[in-house]
Amino acid sequence: MKRFASPLFAVLITGVSVLAQQKTVTIATVNNPDMIELKKLSPKFEEKNPDIKLNWVITEENTIRQRITTDVSTGSGQFDIVQIGLYETPIFAKRGWLRPMENFPADYDLEDLFKSLRDGLSYQGKLYALPFYGESSMLMYRKDLFDEKGLKMPDQPKYEDIKKFADALTDKAKGVYGITLRGKPGWGENMAFLGTLLNTFGCTWFDMKWTPTIDTPEWKKAITFYIDLMKADGPPGASANGFNENLTLMTSGKAAMWIDATVAGGMLENAKESQVAGKMGYAPSPIEATPNGSHWLWSWAFAIPKAAKQAEAAEKFAVWATSKDYIKLVADDIGWAGVPPGTRKSTYDNPEYQKAPFAAPTLQAMQTADPTNPAIKPVPYTGIQFVGIPEFQSFGTVVGQNISGALAGKSSVDQALKDSQAAVARAVKQAGYPK
Amino acid sequence: MSAVTQEPVAAPVGGPASAEKPNILLALLETPSIIALLLWMIVPLAMTIYFSFIRYSLLNPDISGFAGIENYQFLTEDESFWPAIINTVLLMGAVLIITIVFGTLLAVLYDREFFGKNVATLLVIAPFFVMPTVSALIWKNYIMHPVYGLIAFVLHKLGLPAVDWFGDYPLISIIIIVSWEWLPFAFLILFTSLKSLDQEQKEAASIDGANAFQLFFYIIVPHLQRAIGVVVMIETIFLLSIFAEIYTTTSGGPGHATTNLAFLVYSLGIQQFNVGIASAGGILAVILANIVAYFLVKMLAQNLKGR
Repeated sequence: MKRFASPLFAVLITGVSVLAQQKTVTIATVNNPDMIELKKLSPKFEEKNPDIKLNWVITEENTIRQRITTDVSTGSGQFDIVQIGLYETPIFAKRGWLRPMENFPADYDLEDLFKSLRDGLSYQGKLYALPFYGESSMLMYRKDLFDEKGLKMPDQPKYEDIKKFADALTDKAKGVYGITLRGKPGWGENMAFLGTLLNTFGCTWFDMKWTPTIDTPEWKKAITFYIDLMKADGPPGASANGFNENLTLMTSGKAAMWIDATVAGGMLENAKESQVAGKMGYAPSPIEATPNGSHWLWSWAFAIPKAAKQAEAAEKFAVWATSKDYIKLVADDIGWAGVPPGTRKSTYDNPEYQKAPFAAPTLQAMQTADPTNPAIKPVPYTGIQFVGIPEFQSFGTVVGQNISGALAGKSSVDQALKDSQAAVARAVKQAGYPK
Repeated sequence: MSAVTQEPVAAPVGGPASAEKPNILLALLETPSIIALLLWMIVPLAMTIYFSFIRYSLLNPDISGFAGIENYQFLTEDESFWPAIINTVLLMGAVLIITIVFGTLLAVLYDREFFGKNVATLLVIAPFFVMPTVSALIWKNYIMHPVYGLIAFVLHKLGLPAVDWFGDYPLISIIIIVSWEWLPFAFLILFTSLKSLDQEQKEAASIDGANAFQLFFYIIVPHLQRAIGVVVMIETIFLLSIFAEIYTTTSGGPGHATTNLAFLVYSLGIQQFNVGIASAGGILAVILANIVAYFLVKMLAQNLKGR
């Protein structure tokens, strides 16, 4: 043993000094398939940067949102990179909790990232997060069922068209429902879709003085339309159906139309998991009184907290993960249909990607969604399917619960709107608005 | 398991001598653990009480300062507050009754040898170890879903219309899910307690001419009373804070049909990272728990008379 003492000691010293120089970057992300793929391909980044070691913290959306918010707001520096959305980024940036993104290599091509995303992830002109994944919402419909009944989808459908189509396509005896929409309560669940419906029907959440404008004729018209449509042409149990349940209904052929996230396109066209692959058509999200805010904008983006310990290494990783090279890497690994959607124009210019039937409507939706102009008239907030203030996570869910209750027949639309108005008024008063 | 069930009793080791003269050395030796327990209990409680009286929002640091009873007012004046209290008590009461009644019946059923008893016992106990979110999702999407669930499939085959469990009977659906999860727990405790019942007593009773029902009500149930007391106390502690099942299935809806106090605190406070409101909700839950515990202990103390 004595013989090995000095070489062992030397190895130990070298080992410790190498470790001491190695920077560990802790990344907190959501467990969506695109992010799982990122983790799978991350050794390529570690090969290129041997002094950086990546440490992954991946859980589902609500848990990671809680952990990230707690870490960033208390400045505890537990994470070096956090994956946050279009909602949190301006709120965090306003509080000074994020580092601006500034050092880009020459070939990064910042302008290639969709302007709507760059604007949504900036605060006072500075970019605070790099978009890894972007989505909007669109209308997905069964082209085969439409052809059967001789129906044609217009280039820009209106909600009244949707009602006509749904009535024609519903065949409850055969178990086919004209349309399925989100009904499960939650600010990111039913309120994400309803936010766009309300916007396009000419509704607003607040007037310029921050008085809630929920108990209004516009809201009543929009919500009554939604509930009547779901009662006549929607599946039973709608008030508990979220994205996943509706995806199952679509892929098993039980519904003819669905308005939801553009990323669903990839899932619907996956022949291994969808019975309707190849039968789908894609159209822009319907409009009504105004095209403003008719389809949402969302992005999961990488940001660096102020208190991050390895900020430089973290920015290197964020730049790599959102670069054109990374997208090509994913394409080589699992094909173009699986690349992170909705971030770069170059992805949509690629002829391989254009083969996907959902690519063109997604591109159009991403380019036209404008969170700074979500409503028919000027409003004091930004955000299409959310109101960009921290309190929205709470009162948005309460309003979602009330509308879900009206959908399930537990209360009238008037009562739901009255209760929502009162709840939102209390919430913003408690938070000190108007400021 | 929470440590709130019993006060640590500083019992002097037997003998009349120690009853006359308190053993100071013993008391001193036990002090560190008692102090640790006391701190463990009181520091979080004191901090929560403090937070409930200030304005403290993680995402909105602009609002700060002493809030008085503002946070409490915000919660109690919410129109879901009293429905939430009622739902909490309903959920708790219904699950208690179901688990204890069926737990007792199952325990009596299993109190004999039969083919496959080991496997059967394992299957009865298994639901308790499935994560609440997983159970809730499976019940919601595989069993109860009105379009592609198992129950809808069976009803369809029988020619009956599907039942929209979470739309029409939301609280009952949650009660079913939670009872299914907690039945194994009640069964386990009652089954173990039943094993300590003297077989000779049962034989003597049946020789005297007692039939099965008389045996059950006059011998088995009284014997199980202490065990039932334990089950009630432990289940109450956990059922007051049921959250995961509600969160994954109905998100407190439709309306506030399945909002209990825990979910209300989440919905109004934690979701918007408002520590003040959430702490106020926590204190209200402590008060509710104490009221419930008081009535339960009184009820059980009467039943355990003489034991």
